[in-house]
Amino acid sequence: MSLRGKVAIVGAADTEVGKVPHMSATALCIDAAERAVQDAGLTLGDIDGFVTCNSMAEPYMYHAEAMAEYLQIFPRYCVSAGAGGGTTFKVLYQAALAIDAGVCDTVLIAKADSLRTGLSRERAMILQSSSGHPQFETPYGSTVPGYYALIARAYIDAYGVTPEQLAAVAVTARRHAGLHPHAQMREPITVDDVLASRMIADPLRLLDCSLVSDGGAAVVLTRAERARSLRHTPVYLLGAGEGHGHEHISQALSLTSSSARQSGERAYAMAGLGPRDMNFAQVYDCFTPVVLIELEDLGFCGKGEAGAFVADGHAGIGGTLPINTHGGLLSHCHPGNPGSMFALTEAVAQLRNLAGARQVQDAEVGLVHAQGGILSSHCSVVLGNHL
Amino acid sequence: MKPVPIANAETAAFWAGCNEGRLLLQRCGSCDARQFYPRLLCTRCGSRELEWQAASGAATIRTFTIIRRAVSEAFESDVPYVVALVALAEGPTLMSNIVDCDPEALFIGQPVTLTFEQRGDQAIPQFTPD
Repeated sequence: MSLRGKVAIVGAADTEVGKVPHMSATALCIDAAERAVQDAGLTLGDIDGFVTCNSMAEPYMYHAEAMAEYLQIFPRYCVSAGAGGGTTFKVLYQAALAIDAGVCDTVLIAKADSLRTGLSRERAMILQSSSGHPQFETPYGSTVPGYYALIARAYIDAYGVTPEQLAAVAVTARRHAGLHPHAQMREPITVDDVLASRMIADPLRLLDCSLVSDGGAAVVLTRAERARSLRHTPVYLLGAGEGHGHEHISQALSLTSSSARQSGERAYAMAGLGPRDMNFAQVYDCFTPVVLIELEDLGFCGKGEAGAFVADGHAGIGGTLPINTHGGLLSHCHPGNPGSMFALTEAVAQLRNLAGARQVQDAEVGLVHAQGGILSSHCSVVLGNHL
Repeated sequence: MKPVPIANAETAAFWAGCNEGRLLLQRCGSCDARQFYPRLLCTRCGSRELEWQAASGAATIRTFTIIRRAVSEAFESDVPYVVALVALAEGPTLMSNIVDCDPEALFIGQPVTLTFEQRGDQAIPQFTPD
């Protein structure tokens, strides 16, 4: 009955990322979609399942349907998903379930947005001001970094995490982005650079915060037996799990741990593997402290130990658990809800052994994890290049 | 203009209470749990026998941040301002600002007391150090 090994990713592609003013959010979504289908060696006519998330820069009432119309494809399964940053792996999980249930055979997941150049200042302000509970949070004027700063301070206070340890997360991400030819921010940074960057919402400084980007990415998944006849090494979905604790941060049961614990346990259980089996992990790095909390909740470190783990170099390529090998949301790119799509396409590159200078040696299995809201809804997926 | 909460049928009594200087929690008539924000039913036992109970106003800071870059123009003149999660003496946590304070001197666990800010026709709960 398990979904383990039933479905594989057979196509993956990114668009240009960073500042891409010459393409609309719609065009980025379509560009990503077409590239991923081509990467799979398929044609759009092979796609009978289609998933997107809405764009903030160019929203449609029914986004996936609008994109299908634009492409003139006529899927049997068509979903616009929206759960913030956690969306990517939730839709991957759900698309795999749809394939396994026989609803469709080959699903294209394409997500893009233009937050860097496609949003007016006024619209950006409206979007930022509308996060949070409309009656019980929004009136207090927090920003998204502010909501995460509430977690950051509680976590730092509980475990004595140092500013240098937090900065090491940003420095590691930037070093990895420097190895990625298309990352938005490739100039190396130091711990001192992070500590000297301006305070946005104490204790989060500018370089503790992820980027604002344009860009899109897409993947194609299909039945494992079909995947084996296609051009690339199949990247099998070995395990997946969700975890949900709250939506609004003022309702969080804990400020120092998250439902990543449940999502990770569920994904590992389906895969029949554990955190020590992972050759790499792509975790959600919207802000540096989130990475530390996730590394702990996903079983890679004990509580309070992730700061030292990253500062000691274990999370770098060549370390015991390389994380965010493309540079993550902190340095590769972050176009909003599509952000973790790039963690997924990077995981595919790693498991195809095609990641170039970023390649994790002998990578066979890795974890991808994302969360949406304010450390709210989590989804973890274990991927591997053999069963 | 800073956002003014818009009450709905479940929260109208809460916001009316604020305008009378009271922060109303829901107390479950069946299991005695206190909850915030206002809901149709008790999240502990599912009962709908919920009564309003005024909080004492005593609270402690669970966590806080000092916002250095305002969320919108309406908040720009307040920078730096404090957003916090405060735990009420009765148990529930809520988001608030910590007002009339030195932001740099705040700490987790610090006792704070309820006050209200008038915003348009609506008073909203705020907290200030003891």
